[in-house]
Amino acid sequence: MAHTVVMPQLGESVTEGTIGQWLKKVGDSIEEYESLLEVLTDKVNAEVPSPVAGTLSRVLVEEGAVVGVGTPICEIAVEGEAESSAEAAPEPVETKTPEPQADVEANAQPAVPKESDEGRGRYSPAVRRLASENGIDPSGLSGTGSGGRVTRNDVLKAVDEGTRLSPVEAREPVSSAASVASVPQVAGASANIEDGDEVVQLSQVRKMIAERMVRSKMTVPHAWLMVEIDVSGLVSLRNRLKEEFKAREGVSLTYLPFMLKAVSAALRKMPMVNAQWNGDSIVMKKRINLGVAMATERGLVVPVVKDADRLSIIGLAQATQDLAKRARSGRLTMADLSQGTFTVDNTGAVGTVLTYPIINAPEAAIVTMESVVKRPVVVGDMIAVRSMMNCCISFDHRVVDGAEAAQFLGELKKTLEAYTTDSTL
Amino acid sequence: MAQMTFLEAIRETLRQELARDERVIIYGEDVGVRGGVFRVTEGLQADFGEARVIDSPLAEAAIVGTAIGAAVNGLRPIPEIQFADFIFPAINQIVQEAARMRYRSNNDFEVPIVIRAPFGGGVRGGLYHSQSVEAFFGHVPGLKVVIASTPYDAKGLLTQAIADPDPVLFLEHKGLYRSIKGEVPEERYLIPIGKADRKREGKDVSVIAYGLMANLALKAAETLAGEGISVEVIDLRSIRPFDKAAILESAKKTGKVLIVHEDNLTGGFGGEISAVISEEALFYLDAPIMRLTGPDVPAMGFSPPLEHAFMITADKIADAARNLAKF
Repeated sequence: MAHTVVMPQLGESVTEGTIGQWLKKVGDSIEEYESLLEVLTDKVNAEVPSPVAGTLSRVLVEEGAVVGVGTPICEIAVEGEAESSAEAAPEPVETKTPEPQADVEANAQPAVPKESDEGRGRYSPAVRRLASENGIDPSGLSGTGSGGRVTRNDVLKAVDEGTRLSPVEAREPVSSAASVASVPQVAGASANIEDGDEVVQLSQVRKMIAERMVRSKMTVPHAWLMVEIDVSGLVSLRNRLKEEFKAREGVSLTYLPFMLKAVSAALRKMPMVNAQWNGDSIVMKKRINLGVAMATERGLVVPVVKDADRLSIIGLAQATQDLAKRARSGRLTMADLSQGTFTVDNTGAVGTVLTYPIINAPEAAIVTMESVVKRPVVVGDMIAVRSMMNCCISFDHRVVDGAEAAQFLGELKKTLEAYTTDSTL
Repeated sequence: MAQMTFLEAIRETLRQELARDERVIIYGEDVGVRGGVFRVTEGLQADFGEARVIDSPLAEAAIVGTAIGAAVNGLRPIPEIQFADFIFPAINQIVQEAARMRYRSNNDFEVPIVIRAPFGGGVRGGLYHSQSVEAFFGHVPGLKVVIASTPYDAKGLLTQAIADPDPVLFLEHKGLYRSIKGEVPEERYLIPIGKADRKREGKDVSVIAYGLMANLALKAAETLAGEGISVEVIDLRSIRPFDKAAILESAKKTGKVLIVHEDNLTGGFGGEISAVISEEALFYLDAPIMRLTGPDVPAMGFSPPLEHAFMITADKIADAARNLAKF
């Protein structure tokens, strides 16, 4: 008997995900807990482990399809048990490919997403040809084939019975589950392709990042501020402790845990920044869960340090190192990637001194920590060489006003500037 | 009209051609005095003499090689390879010489030979008397490969093969020799090589087969008819050339194709048929093109269970066609 694998609950509030890449092909054998496929949700991809050992016998959902939690996505034939794909096989799921809506008027009434539970998204060439020749939507037919498949005869029967749909109906666009209903969208300028140019197809991760970024930029009114922070004390503190810390804790002491600690403290004082826009209300988040943006070979990921406000510098150092290690090896779980309430972007790691980050919606703000650079600054009435770091914030101006954002950065600055060589962790 | 076995139909065809055309000669291992190991040529030496029905040395390369020479010099030799399993020593003569002579000589020479060879298993032949060799020769341009499934077809196709100006490999499934009977007209008639025969009309699934498999497919079709599944059986009758038009017509009609051969799966002729269908009838297909073939094992075992495991049966065809119909 084949074991049916369903779309797992990838996070508390996650109701659907995009099938990224099947890591196993039909016919491949798979161990229990071995990665079966990648599933993409907001800004991230997670690998779904196999619940059983066996052979992948059927893939029910193609790459790129958006499927709800609990939907059958594949079947695994368990060794020693007879295969029976014919009986009680779950119906394949209809693909809901997000389509960009170019027509502004279409947005006046948000289209209702098509029911996907009818399944049978896969049709044979004969079915597709006959359906198209006769203007029939095969998804409207009840299939008599194996697993409810719509067969050629089903289409021919429908033609006989004259169950024709009007051409307009038949070509009704499938609404994107991820489309933003309330904002007019126009098609972006298309690329100018010339001889010698290479056209690279989008990976699922790239698509997801693109969609999330466009969505955030188009729906969230971004505002931006920056402060300069004198981190000379922090630099000397780190220099004093880093050897000992590395030997004792096994992980390097970077500026990141200090930043996270300072951000947590600032968010506690300024809870309005730790909030989310909710249409007609604002959700004040109770927990302080800090997403940390990390660049990996697979693309941008934002693992989350949960309850960062309860962790010490040591705890934060260990938590972030652990996440970074797993992000690089692609071992992040969905739990690692969800429930963020605020994002910290360590852009300084790539050498910048000023960034205008895109908010990780629905969070209300994102803050960057830029490179620590020595600069001549005026201290009292003297010019001194100090270690300076810029912090930039992009914030959702619907939730937070400039004064609050500046106040938040001020708290950050106060905490980070308070460190001295002699501070204790 | 006379009822004949498959074997008798071949013998009577040979007799008719020997009588009709004195250029026709038969030779091979034990074909004369003994009348062939299967008795196909029984009595022919007595009727036509030692000069025209000749016992040859046990040397397949020489049998085919001398037949080529005789053919180039004006005779119409019908050499017999005692078992198709033994044809491999003659492959060089068949592939490099017979099949290419016309091309190489720019039409100056032709090789009108018919190489007869019993093939196939299911008769307790073991490793060296059960093989299917058609895929090896179906690959060779310049050669024709004919495989009949009924006594009637056997006569018409063999007569045509003898009349053909180019080399023909005429494969006879041992399992058919005495197991099937059919009406065979006495007069001479020709069945063109390269024309398939729709042995049964159906609308749900097409089974494409040849030789013994076509007969088994008909049995399976009968079984499935009782279950309300309508199976069409296309008997190819020759695999080089093969009847593309008939295959495509049937594939387009039913949208579901099962190809059956006893030869091994990998590199078997079914792959070629499948490729042609997918190249030219993709948008008519309602299911994957399926193959039911002998397994990829080195040879058919001698023990009955091993032989049974290897052989295609009407039940196995019915199962495969049923699954395809349900798809």
